[in-house]
Amino acid sequence: MVLKIATANRAVAEAAKLSNVNVIPVYPITPATSIAEYLAKFVADGEMDAEYVRVESEHSAMSVAIGASSTGARVFTATSSQGLALMHEVLFIAAGMRAPIVMANANRALSAPLSIWNDQQDSISERDSGWIQIYAENAQEALDFVIQSYRITEHPEVLLPAMVCLDGFILTHTVEPVDVPEKEVVSDFVSTYKPANAILDPENPMSIGTFTDPNYYMEARHDMYNAMINSKNIIRNVNKEFGEIFGREYDFVENYRCDDAEIIIVAMGSVCGTVKDVIDEIRREGEKVGLLKLRVFRPFPTDEINAVVKNADKIAVLDKNVSFDIGGALYNEIKAKLDVDAYGFIIGLGGRDVTPEHIRKIVKETKKPEKDVQWIGLREEEI
Amino acid sequence: MTSTGAVVKKPGSTRNTKTGSWRTFKPIIDMDKCIDCENCYLFCPEGCINKEYEIDYDYCKGCGICATECPVKAVKMERE
Amino acid sequence: MKITEKEFLAPGHRACAGCGEPIGVRLALKVLGENTIAVSPTGCLEVITSPYPETAWEIPWIHVAFENAGAVASGVEAALKSLGRKSNVVVFAGDGGTADIGFQSLSGAMERNHDIIYICIDNEAYMNTGVQRSGATPYGASTMTSPAGKKSFGEDKPKKNLPMIMVAHNVPYVATASISYPEDFMKKVKKASETEGSSYIHLHQPCTTGWGFDPSKTIELGRLAVETGAWILYEVENGDFKVTYRPAQRKPLIEYLKAQKRFKHLKEAEVAMLQDYVDRTCSEYGV
Repeated sequence: MVLKIATANRAVAEAAKLSNVNVIPVYPITPATSIAEYLAKFVADGEMDAEYVRVESEHSAMSVAIGASSTGARVFTATSSQGLALMHEVLFIAAGMRAPIVMANANRALSAPLSIWNDQQDSISERDSGWIQIYAENAQEALDFVIQSYRITEHPEVLLPAMVCLDGFILTHTVEPVDVPEKEVVSDFVSTYKPANAILDPENPMSIGTFTDPNYYMEARHDMYNAMINSKNIIRNVNKEFGEIFGREYDFVENYRCDDAEIIIVAMGSVCGTVKDVIDEIRREGEKVGLLKLRVFRPFPTDEINAVVKNADKIAVLDKNVSFDIGGALYNEIKAKLDVDAYGFIIGLGGRDVTPEHIRKIVKETKKPEKDVQWIGLREEEI
Repeated sequence: MTSTGAVVKKPGSTRNTKTGSWRTFKPIIDMDKCIDCENCYLFCPEGCINKEYEIDYDYCKGCGICATECPVKAVKMERE
Repeated sequence: MKITEKEFLAPGHRACAGCGEPIGVRLALKVLGENTIAVSPTGCLEVITSPYPETAWEIPWIHVAFENAGAVASGVEAALKSLGRKSNVVVFAGDGGTADIGFQSLSGAMERNHDIIYICIDNEAYMNTGVQRSGATPYGASTMTSPAGKKSFGEDKPKKNLPMIMVAHNVPYVATASISYPEDFMKKVKKASETEGSSYIHLHQPCTTGWGFDPSKTIELGRLAVETGAWILYEVENGDFKVTYRPAQRKPLIEYLKAQKRFKHLKEAEVAMLQDYVDRTCSEYGV
């Protein structure tokens, strides 16, 4: 292993380089741009033996990805925000065609108004696309999750694409120490891509992307539903194997001081680092607060969440996204799937800082809740 | 669903559907008149006329292109 | 020209009787042979050839969406390159998937000069959804979204000149063709397959349903288009323009127009205007 000082963008580019990727169709967009640049340079310098396709849009990036994946190539791409939204149509198709594509998404707010800064509205808005979604807290996780994703997506019982989400700027542009594993070890772990279901090959002609009438469509979607459920076992197994080889293990959720906690904060992504610090402070003051960090959002790990939060009095769910009039997506899903006393907090939209004071306020509000859903961090003065 | 992602792994399987049932008029080739120009073979939308000028009526939809394009009027369209 | 007797598009497909589209696909594949991967955007061809759990394709085939055939084909080609495999990659797309919604991804693919053959099978409107105008709908044609009426003589703009836009992309081989001239078309497919990098063939294809003529006249209509100069057969090889078929004497345009329901509404003055447009185009192209 080599310790590098790297941004999460650099980390995911390194992960793609290590993972025997064949085709990289990518279109630059802030804050994912440097992923495209690193990969271009790896290919230009001969460090990476892959076809780099300089597409003219994100829609085409995902379309090239589907074409290449269907021809038997391992594919990596990266995007963000408006780019992900432009891909919307083809995201559903990639999943429906069961193409095991891996993509990094640098989480960024969606227009309008235009913002290049972080929240998670972009990927959350694609939650029903059939993609596995994994959220990284730091650059190391981003690297590890990309490598793991190839094993998960390409598994014959899964065959759903995976999106590794990294908070824009907070992770994509911040340098941290990252363990970059040896090429040979990763290569052994991911091996080379062998299509488990479909391939465009004149020796064995198949028609991929067919037209279904009402007799067949529903079964195809039901298959995907089952595949998403199946993916839980595969994610668990891949993670275990990854831990044995690389010494880092990740569960669906991370339990941070939850065992005796009266209030548990549930969150995803980089904000978890801030939350952990605040919890340490509050605990020194004698309050029992914990954090459940959700790593995998799709499939939704209901049982794993429940095992951690079931004894808490109250749950505070942090969402860097909003579904208008009903609160954040994670809050709503927790309310729907678990029998807990949960409250929703909309935080950090469009790059608004989430400060330790905000976290303290959330804990305070959760103790004596006045509303189901609150926005935290809004400016108090008129603008 | 037996086929993941609605992939069809049986090439040419539309042959299971006999589109000949769509037909109202049936082309009949008079081989005595035929000059072997291949027009009907080339222009058949179904590809159901072979180079021996045999018509596969299982699939012929009776469009009549073969009759129109025959330079010696060797193909007649007869009502089914 | 020697072509295989093998059929790579099976019968039983769901095209209308007299459809010209499968004729174009059959002929092209007879030239390209079995070591070919086909890509189609959404459209008539995709729907008529892939009714799950059946397929008419005897070769590998992929459809992803309406506007991205150029990109999907780029991906197939990039994957073949990366994996060290060799096959023809051919796109069969409609005019909507090429001239309109698919234009951006086509432009990108051609600019990057992927080794693909893009065949636009142009029936001059959105036929799959019931005859709405496209960028390739010709001057004066009445469609469901450019209907003739008291204040309209149908489509009020000439057809978008896709082949020349492809020439402007420096595509190494660009050609126009017609399903009614199979030898000319197949020769062009052959040239395209021998071209390193991208090639683009714009194949004119009469549509019995959308244009309004008897299904037996599909080939006849294509021929009339060329004989009247409404459609010109040419190729542009590395920038060199050459007409590949020149009618001995151009027929009056009215012969082509009156054979179709979509032009039935045209008044004498409008026909004269269309004739004038065709005359000018023909003199520009030397036909």
